[in-house]
Formats: sequence, C-alpha cells, structure tokens
Amino acid sequence: MKRVAYVLGLPVVLFAAWYLLSAGSESFYAPPLSKILESFGKTWTLDRFTADVVPSLLRLTAGYAVAAVLGVAAGVIIGLNRWVRATIEPVLEFFRAVPPPVLVPVIILFAGIGDGMKVIVIAFGCVWPVLLNTVEGVRAVDSIQIDTARAYGITGPARIGRVILPAASPQIAAGLRQALSIAIILMVISEMFAASNGLGFTIVQFQRSFAIPEMWSGIILLGLLGFVLSLLFRLAEGRALRWYHGLREAQRRS
Amino acid sequence: MSTATATAGTARAGRRRGLPAPVLGLAGLLALVAVLEVLPRTGVVDPRFLPPFGDMMAALAAELGSGEFWTALGATVRGWAIGLAIAVVAGVVLGIVIGSVPLLRAATSSTIEFLRPIPSVALIPLAVLLFGTSPESTLLLVVYASFWQVLVQVLYGVADVDPIADETARSFRFGPWARVRHVLWPTALPYVFTGVRLAASVALVLAVTAELVIGAPGLGKSIAVAQTSGAVPLMYALIAVTGLLGVGINLAARIFERRSLAWHQSVRGEVPA
Repeated sequence: MKRVAYVLGLPVVLFAAWYLLSAGSESFYAPPLSKILESFGKTWTLDRFTADVVPSLLRLTAGYAVAAVLGVAAGVIIGLNRWVRATIEPVLEFFRAVPPPVLVPVIILFAGIGDGMKVIVIAFGCVWPVLLNTVEGVRAVDSIQIDTARAYGITGPARIGRVILPAASPQIAAGLRQALSIAIILMVISEMFAASNGLGFTIVQFQRSFAIPEMWSGIILLGLLGFVLSLLFRLAEGRALRWYHGLREAQRRS
Repeated sequence: MSTATATAGTARAGRRRGLPAPVLGLAGLLALVAVLEVLPRTGVVDPRFLPPFGDMMAALAAELGSGEFWTALGATVRGWAIGLAIAVVAGVVLGIVIGSVPLLRAATSSTIEFLRPIPSVALIPLAVLLFGTSPESTLLLVVYASFWQVLVQVLYGVADVDPIADETARSFRFGPWARVRHVLWPTALPYVFTGVRLAASVALVLAVTAELVIGAPGLGKSIAVAQTSGAVPLMYALIAVTGLLGVGINLAARIFERRSLAWHQSVRGEVPA
C-alpha cells in the first residue's frame, strides 16, 4: 500500500499541478492540459494510428533489427581477432563519435527519401553501440571458460553459440539498450527531414501549422512511446538474462 | 553505463607478436582514406554522392580559412559546454539531495523512470516555438538530454555509500555538510564522472542535431546549408569535423577522469571492471 503511494504519489501531484495551473492559461504556447487531453483523444484515433504510428514503428523495428544482427555478427568477428581489432579500432571510434543525425543528409543522397532511407539511418546509427559493446563483451569472456571449451573439443559454431555469445550477452544487452534510445531519436529525426507520414512528420506538421494542443499531444505520445519501449526492453532483458542477474545477486550476498 | 568502458585497455592488444597496435590502427585509418579515394575515382560509387577524399580535404581546407566555419564551430562548442555545465550542476545537486533523503528517493523514482526514456527530440517542436532558431533551442535540448545521464549516475553513487562509513561519520558528529563533503562525495565521484562522460557525448549529439533540424547557428546548420546548396564535399568535411570533435570530447573526458580519480580503486586497480 505504501509502495503504491510512493510510486503514484508524485506523478499524480505533478499531473494535478499541471492540470490546475494551466487550467486558466491564456498562453498560446501552453494551452490548458484539459485541452491537450481533449485533442489527444481527437488526434490519435485508430486511423491516425495505422497511418502514422504504425509506419514509424515498422521502420524502427526494421532498422533496429538490422543494426542488432550486423552489430553482433561484426562484433563477434572483431572481438575474436586481435589483428582485426587493432586495425579497425580507430575507425570505429571515429564512426561512433559522429553524431548519428548528421548522417541523414548523406543517406538521403544515396537512398532518396523513402522508407529505405529511414531504415538505413536507424540501422546506421544503432549499429555502433551494439558493435562496440559486443566487441568488449567478447573480449572479456573468461579465458578459463574458453580453454575449458577447447579442452572439451567445442569448436566452430558451437563455440560461438554456446560459449562466447552467452558469456558476452550482458554486455550485448547494454549495447542494445543504448541503441534503442538512439533508434527512437533517429526515427523522429529522419521523419522530420523528409517524409509523408510518421510520428515525427506529424508532430512537425502540427507545429508548423500552429496546432499547439495537437503538437503537445504528439509530444506526450512520443514520450509514452519511449517509456513503453524501454519498459518492454527491460522485461525482455530481465527474462533473457535471468541467469545473469541471479548470479550477480548471489555474488553480492556472498 | 558501459559505452565508454569500451576501448579502455585496448592498448594491450596486439603486442605479443607482429606489429604494435598503434601501427595497425594507423593502417586501418589509412585504408579507410584509400577506400574513400578509390571508390569514387573508379566509379564504383557515384562521385556526386561520395566525392573522393582529396576533394573533401580541399573543401575543408578552404573552409578552415573562412571565419564562418570558426564561428559555427564556436557556436556548437559553446552550446555544448554551457548546456553540459548546467546539466552537470543541476544533476549533481538534485542527485545528492534526492539520493540522501530516503523519502524523496522513494517518491521520485517512478517519475524519474518515466521521464528519463522520453526521447529528447520530442522537445524539438516545443523548442522551436519557444525560442525559434536562437541558440536557446539548442541549449534546451542539450540540457534535457544530458541532465538525466548525470542525475541517474549520481543517484547510483549516493546509494553506494558505505553505511558503516556514514555511521562512523555521524558518531564523530560530522554535520550534514561535512558528511556530504567527506563521505558521500568521494564515494559518488566515480559515478559522477561516468555520468559526465556519458552526458558529454550525448550533449554533442543533441547540440548538432538541434542545429541541423532547427537551424540554430552552429556546425549542424552549416551541414544543412551545405546539403541544400549541393556542396557535397563540404558536407562530408563538416561531418568529419563533428566526428573529430566527438573523438576529442571522448578522449578528453577519459583523460580527465583518469587524472581526477587517480586515487580511486577503479583506476588504480589491476582488474578493469
């Protein structure tokens, strides 16, 4: 009971404060919350959802999936091979440091302004955290584990699939988590640049046409989306890495 | 939390036999340059889309001589630095206050967990409406994005304080301020640095993004202008500059952290965590 009060207390207070303080708001840019909520219901109907939110989410998923697969695959190769790693490290450091959104103009040159562009932008931006974390994870695999596997004759795909990837998975998950927030940012940015549908496009459209309550409702929706996606990720990670969190817990107690 | 632990200790790699790591790394960079030069020259990639490396450098050299470039660079760095400074101060102060009062901590955790994942780009339309294309729009986004990184790390740091050390300080009648200064701060410092390091790179991303999308003055705007005017080599050159800026910030943050935490276990210790 007390926990519920703690969890819900402040959000309820903040929400109420926003509601009451903005109730009589005459400001054009900060309309009353009641008006924003009203327009939220009116704006984000089912049609709107299938027309704008679903395409955005599909691009997000496609780009994220491509980045995850490429990042883990390349990360394992680079992580296992000391020569490749030493050669390619400075190049990777550079690419990771480039702010991903500046790649949008470049990718527009190559891929036009269609869905392909957005997927490539998301994939290109997300691949670096996954890749670098995978490299680190693979490097940090316990050498006794590797030697034991070798002694038992575990080689080739089995070695990668059963020894290296599981051992590196906590680190890979950290990379995937960072990539998720980059993916959302890039989804919105790429749609703000050039698009005919999507969440980012719609919100900018509202802003340009000075549909302020609708714009606020879009910002709230985007916030909810970010929250829900990170919640889903946490649940998935918690399930997949149950063994790891249990191990950590046990180590901490002993 | 683990981005920047990446690459720590890579210097050891490749030492046992053959070429040392720096030589290989240099070879890798040269190979990248060579690929960038050869692909467009041989027509594998359309040179209109990817100009040869030489052209990019020529465009960059011409740009380095112009005052415009330096003004843009200065604007980006200023937005980054001011935004980061505000976020760090606010994050550290709020983090210590919230973290050391159990009631506040319990009451705010759900709100923080909810606000943190909100993508900062969602605020772009709001920034445009409030500040237009002035530098304040950049600042708003930079502060929002980097604040959470610092705050969350400081909260972890405060939670990490050894209860025995804290109680010892209490029994020696340390006041609240002395406890913050001598017990809490040294414990939280490594976490603060992790937060600052993460925030520094996030702040750069957001500074450039805001300039690119909103059109506030800075490197991002220069990139957008180069794109719309079809100055492709210049656009690549400017993107490379933002990348170098990012590399520089990462390196500086790491060196600063090592220096300031030279006494700390995590830096001194043999086993990098």
